[in-house]
Amino acid sequence: MDNRNIILKAENITVGYGEKDILHGASMEVRKNEIVAIIGPNGAGKSTLLKTIFGLLKPSRGTIFLEHENITGLSPDAIARKGISYVPQVDNIFPSLTVKENLEMGGFIRKEQTAERISEIFRLFPVLEEKKHQRAKELSGGQRQMVAMGRALMLDPDILMLDEPSAGLAPKFVSMIFEKICEINAKGVSIILVEQNAREALTMAHTGYIFVTGKNVLHGIGKELLENPEIGQLYLGG
Amino acid sequence: MLEVIFYGIIYGSIISLGAIGLTLVFGILRFANFFHGDLMAGGAYIAFFLITGPLAWIGLPGEPFGTTSFSIRMIIAFPVALILVAGLSVLIDRIVYKRLRQKGTSSILKAIAALGISFIIRMLIYIIWGPDQIKYFAGARRIAIHLPFQIKVRPDELIIIIIVTVLVTSLHLFLRYSRMGKAMRATADNMDLARISGINTERIIIWTWGIGGALAAAAGILYGINVALNPEMGWSFLLPLFAATILGSIGNMYGALAGGLIIGIAQQVSTLFLKPTYKPAVAFVILILILLFRPQGIFGGKQS
Repeated sequence: MDNRNIILKAENITVGYGEKDILHGASMEVRKNEIVAIIGPNGAGKSTLLKTIFGLLKPSRGTIFLEHENITGLSPDAIARKGISYVPQVDNIFPSLTVKENLEMGGFIRKEQTAERISEIFRLFPVLEEKKHQRAKELSGGQRQMVAMGRALMLDPDILMLDEPSAGLAPKFVSMIFEKICEINAKGVSIILVEQNAREALTMAHTGYIFVTGKNVLHGIGKELLENPEIGQLYLGG
Repeated sequence: MLEVIFYGIIYGSIISLGAIGLTLVFGILRFANFFHGDLMAGGAYIAFFLITGPLAWIGLPGEPFGTTSFSIRMIIAFPVALILVAGLSVLIDRIVYKRLRQKGTSSILKAIAALGISFIIRMLIYIIWGPDQIKYFAGARRIAIHLPFQIKVRPDELIIIIIVTVLVTSLHLFLRYSRMGKAMRATADNMDLARISGINTERIIIWTWGIGGALAAAAGILYGINVALNPEMGWSFLLPLFAATILGSIGNMYGALAGGLIIGIAQQVSTLFLKPTYKPAVAFVILILILLFRPQGIFGGKQS
């Protein structure tokens, strides 16, 4: 595959919680403007990789490069300042803050043009504008996911990392969230997507990675992975 | 009866100031701060030191205005003591709690450390100022103003209510509308997400300690003006402070405000039926009742 335009590169990452390693030498690359889907069974270390890239976990081995800068071991707020934004799978909103305040907090470190960026988020998720003075905890699951993504986009990131954005959502919201991800990507934001909905994720992704037991075992163009019968049988449920 | 309720409001507003600080610190740092009462005492004694020490040495007059206890020295000492106690709280965080956070210490151990710090502050007060009760101004200022409904009120008490109202309103406006205030609420809501959003949570923690310490100092000085100073005052405030905080749902500033007023009024009203020495027991009974029947507090609150 083409090696130009790589903006994020995780090399040989070994990391875990306490004594137990979750990732054993996992690697991944993200090119400019692409959607990268990471799929694989539970416990394969997909979310752990996102947390490590974002500085929430310190790898015992391996390096993470953003452009050509080594960002391994930087604190999450330093990494946020470098243009990476992260939406965790759970606890990804400020429940007692209003929708608007959630967005403001997302843009905390980008003081200028907060109002403009908030209206941009409202254009992407019009329902949030109607509910802007409501507390986030009063919203439905799908709307909370929009608040969570909106908060992350307030940083105006170059790379957006989403950890299972469709988990627990009603089917109509699942396809809507996937559409929005494509829309965000079309604006020039690279996306790293961890998903259980492997088929949908690979359909829209440019590149797919399959993680098994703490390692990336396969990667390739999203659609090719989908069409590969072996992968279908092993990882996509036939 | 109305008069007793009015006194309850004055006493309760002082408890509220302390309880709001306690609840803010809990909301962000997630442990029971057992030295919060002693910060109140510390503030009261620091103001006393400023009034009798530096401010007297530079020759400022110590005579109070009219029938109040407020002299020019007190008007200067009040904000200075608030700033000094805010600084002291931040210093304690830097020396003790920052390290405990880095080690990932449990909240029980943090609370026990707070107990230790509480002893240190109290013993320092004993060593420096002695065990006796102290008044800011010798001579009782008991000249009352008559309000409707046969309520007699001292000018000091009116000033106390005004100061508490101004402080609580400013804090409300700060938390509601300022960038830093919103970030404080966000951090109390979800500290991990605040960090993920790039908010420097260590800075938020410093602000929280500072505001909590300043409010505690204000409460301590106002109590000193209304009653007197003694080294055990902070410790004996701890029970009503925690009762007010839990009653108003831990972490909820408005709950702490309401809780403080309820405890204050309940304690004063109890003196109609019980000996005044049982006043602390009233806060204790309320605390037990609330823990038995509504442990999440009257404002529902969030589970911690």
